[in-house]
Amino acid sequence: MNPYYFASIALILIGLYAILVKRNVLKMLVGLSIMETGVNLLLISVGYVSGKSAPILSEGITPDKAVDPIPQALVLTAIVIGVATTAMALSVVINLYEKYKTLNVEEIRRLRG
Amino acid sequence: MVKRILAIVFILIIGLWMAKGLDQVSFGEDRMLVGKYYLEHVKEDTGAVNAVTAVVVNYRGFDTLGEVTVLFIASTGVAALLWRKRRERTAKTDGSVVLTTGAKLLLPFVMLFGSYIFIHGHLTPGGGFPGGATIATAFLFLYLAFTVYEIDHKLFEPLEGIAGVGYVTLGLIGLAIGGYFLFDWIWQSWGLGKENIGRLFSAGFIPIIYILIGLKVGTELTGIIDNMVKEPEEGGQ
Repeated sequence: MNPYYFASIALILIGLYAILVKRNVLKMLVGLSIMETGVNLLLISVGYVSGKSAPILSEGITPDKAVDPIPQALVLTAIVIGVATTAMALSVVINLYEKYKTLNVEEIRRLRG
Repeated sequence: MVKRILAIVFILIIGLWMAKGLDQVSFGEDRMLVGKYYLEHVKEDTGAVNAVTAVVVNYRGFDTLGEVTVLFIASTGVAALLWRKRRERTAKTDGSVVLTTGAKLLLPFVMLFGSYIFIHGHLTPGGGFPGGATIATAFLFLYLAFTVYEIDHKLFEPLEGIAGVGYVTLGLIGLAIGGYFLFDWIWQSWGLGKENIGRLFSAGFIPIIYILIGLKVGTELTGIIDNMVKEPEEGGQ
């Protein structure tokens, strides 16, 4: 198994574990972000071509010496969208805490009745 | 405890399934199709040296406009979710001497570095999004270090709007000149900077759009920080 694939699968699984098991909403969000990192790493490593360098065609780098630029561009988009969704989720968490004075999902569920 | 064991078993099954799938995808193999076209034509089509930037801003410019819109909606959403009649900074004391002095000293350099990243987006790794995030970091420093600091909303919110409108305007000028939205009129019609590919003044409208995106991302992330740092006053909703 390739180490990059292994690491990205491991990151995705660690994030999934945090989402499934942790009861604190903030920790679940951290898990979501870790999962996102894993997916990004997976995309980048699928686009890698062995022995080639970054797709910046400066001196000495001809088009046949560069890796695939598309996964990198897509991951750039994914990172930005990830930041946006994380910011939205964090502000929802701030609202939750102001209302219930706790971040524990089970307690929040009990308070709602 | 049972829940935890169940979760681990579930995760291991998913991991096994993913590993089985990825086992057939060989690492480091050349499987470029569209990417090859982009790499071979990037210099004559866009004038940019950095193929990733060319794909993001030029070939897939419409996608990036959508991305900027998503970021704008997120920042508006954060402001809407956290909106209260009165919100104030609640920190009691300033940061330590190291933090306050460091924030003041580093502010111009961090902003310079951020602008460097987004101005040179078509030549070096980086671009509008990381550059804007770097600029927002400078303001985050100020928010962390001082209890009373607040950004100038009269300056930041119009700047954000102007950057967004400027992006769309550039695209509409392309529509008028070249026939489709976000046509690179500076490069393809005027041919400005054809002789200095790989230097700063090249790549058509990519640097201009990345400067606009950098300003927009910087002001938006600063706005998100501003919304999150302020808290409602005691008792007041």
